[in-house]
Amino acid sequence: MNFDFSDDAKALGEQAAKLFADKAGTAAARRAMAKDAPDFDAALWAEIAALGWTAARVPEAHGGLGMSAEESCQLAEAAGASLAVVPLVSTLLATEALLIAGTEAQQAKYFPGIADGSTIAVPAWNEPGAVTPATIAITANGGKLTGVKAPVADLPGAHLAIVAAAGADGPSLWIVDLAAAKVESIETLDLVRRHGRLTLNGVAAEPLGDAAAYQAWLDRAAVILAYEAIGTASAAMNMTVEYAKTRVAFGQTIGRYQGVKHKCADMFIKIELARAHALHGVAMIGSDGAELRQAAAAARVASLDAVSFCGEEAVQLHGGIGFTWESDCQFYYRRARALAASLGPRGWWADRLVRALEVRNRAAA
Amino acid sequence: MDFNDTPAEAEYRATARAWLEENAAEYREPPEVAWKLDEFIKRSKAWQAKKFAAGYTGITWPKAFGGQGLGPMQSIIYGQEESRFHAPSGLYSIGLGMCIPTVFTHGSAEVAQRYVPKALVGDEVWCQLFSEPSAGSDLAGIRTRAVKDGDEWVIDGQKVWTSFAHASDYGIVVTRTDPNLPKHKGLTMFIVDMKAPGMEVRGIKQMSGGSDFNEVFFTGVRVKDSHRLGDVGNGWKVALTTLMHERLAVGGKPRHAPGYETLMKLARGVEAPVGGPAIEAGDVRQRIAQSYINDQGIKLTQMRALSALSRGQMPGPEQSISKVVVAKTMQDMASFALDLAGGDGFVTGADGDPELAKLQGSYLGAAGLRIAGGTDEILRNIIAERVLGLPGDLRPDKDKPFNAAA
Repeated sequence: MNFDFSDDAKALGEQAAKLFADKAGTAAARRAMAKDAPDFDAALWAEIAALGWTAARVPEAHGGLGMSAEESCQLAEAAGASLAVVPLVSTLLATEALLIAGTEAQQAKYFPGIADGSTIAVPAWNEPGAVTPATIAITANGGKLTGVKAPVADLPGAHLAIVAAAGADGPSLWIVDLAAAKVESIETLDLVRRHGRLTLNGVAAEPLGDAAAYQAWLDRAAVILAYEAIGTASAAMNMTVEYAKTRVAFGQTIGRYQGVKHKCADMFIKIELARAHALHGVAMIGSDGAELRQAAAAARVASLDAVSFCGEEAVQLHGGIGFTWESDCQFYYRRARALAASLGPRGWWADRLVRALEVRNRAAA
Repeated sequence: MDFNDTPAEAEYRATARAWLEENAAEYREPPEVAWKLDEFIKRSKAWQAKKFAAGYTGITWPKAFGGQGLGPMQSIIYGQEESRFHAPSGLYSIGLGMCIPTVFTHGSAEVAQRYVPKALVGDEVWCQLFSEPSAGSDLAGIRTRAVKDGDEWVIDGQKVWTSFAHASDYGIVVTRTDPNLPKHKGLTMFIVDMKAPGMEVRGIKQMSGGSDFNEVFFTGVRVKDSHRLGDVGNGWKVALTTLMHERLAVGGKPRHAPGYETLMKLARGVEAPVGGPAIEAGDVRQRIAQSYINDQGIKLTQMRALSALSRGQMPGPEQSISKVVVAKTMQDMASFALDLAGGDGFVTGADGDPELAKLQGSYLGAAGLRIAGGTDEILRNIIAERVLGLPGDLRPDKDKPFNAAA
């Protein structure tokens, strides 16, 4: 039984956590809240590109390091824990789409830039009025896309978008060069990560795989995003536990009260359940396993439950100070909303999980 | 990353499987009628002796005490293989899992020589006498007294929630030997003969209707000082050794308890309150998803722990979430499913549905599971204090003499 990350992947995760602890974190997140702040931390982006993190998952033939999805998940968790203001998770998700569905020519064209950090690529499926990844409406007409995508995480400053558009067999992915598209910043509940609106007026796009590839990408994206959420949830829990060890009320530290410590224990329980399913998801990506769909959906649901709960109870257990603008609690509380909106809502994924179980049961019958 | 055995584990598994195929054939199917206690004990003893002869008992124990000297993975693998059969199980789990390791760790060489081999081969059954009516979660608050009389001790008091006391030959008992000391310091542990004069065992009928536990009354029961486990006043530390062995027993969902699949099956056959098949109703599907996440999440968490054991490492703190999730999930799922079945979910006996009866049993049993082996509340304390490092609850009686505490 070897149900765990490889030592190499864990080492990369530790390296990332160390760098982000130094160069990202809540102080950097607070600087990014300023209206005139840059779209992302360009110096940090250059450093992580130089360290090869953007190249981690890119095949060696295209200038990358050819690592596994385990490495992407470790990086996503470290980024989530530190709120790092870089488009790393978005680029990891776009990389996954190119890996699943990119032709040799597409991979040769886009991967070298992604690997060296000069191409920032982001997935774009959200669109006004579309509630789930299944109800997106924009369509391709003669290889040209028309419609609006918003909110799109990390869009301002990005070069390439992987756009989900409706098709005869269901949605599929398209590659859009953002130089030819209209990109605007929009405000969201998340004050740290930039989001944008992508307006496509008959913009030329390259098809990236078929409807099945889109579904496969959703699974992998759900697993990587689950690790980002686990990282954020853990940071909220750790901050709260540290506070509960020092804050005194009624003559003792509040961490002694069961009303406080049991909520901290529940944070841990929810995070560990999410970890179990997310790890199942990584294992299934690695082995191309039949249980990927159910594992990914369970990871998505459990990780959203963990990050929402930890974000909410972090504010609650900090009390009044936690509700102030100056407290760091708001970063986690708000980021939970960003993660929930990043790939379709919890309810849709819970239903996708049950559909996957039904398919499995029918196959077994 | 994989779920496979290492080559050495695979070899051990194959050998165990072959032995079971040959020796446990009569237990391939569950008994048509549940065994009565006498039959269960008779079969348990015969099965234990067979396992002993083949080297499948005391797998992790030192060879000096008749064990196999192997690692926890071998013990888990054997357990997984045996669980594919319906051999009698449970009679020895507390004795061999908790009591005897305490006996050979803290008892004298003579005592270990007398009791360990007979327990391992299954000739003698053991129980653990810890909880009392006024000491459950707060175990160190026990009141059963032991008073020294020459080279013997005289025990008076009452224990409760003792599994298999009625079938046991011996037990380990925590007693208070000095009530003038603070409560953790005046305790001492002994081996007692369950058939000794002054011992009385009475069954407890649980709210679920079953009778799996006992009350045990001690009236002037005499124990030789040679049967003391550890030093006088050191009983709390000895008890912690016993409980540490309990931690290795992985607390997953009881083997035959209904899970998310039961809910899916039920939902295919009944109508939703909003009309249409329940399996198509949004709230039902959300609850199925939640049950899967909790049930399967604990299974996967245990696989993480097994992966650490397989590499010869200690499992991380993640497995401490197991029972607290399992018990409440069982209760919530059963309650939701019974509700889905409407009035049928409420009828029992000859007019009841056998499938729904399993859910009813699970609903009633879950109430006990949330208390047994650490309540939900104590387990949350343990996670908060031992895993997250939060300070312990304030314990006003901790340093006061036991007989002076409120």
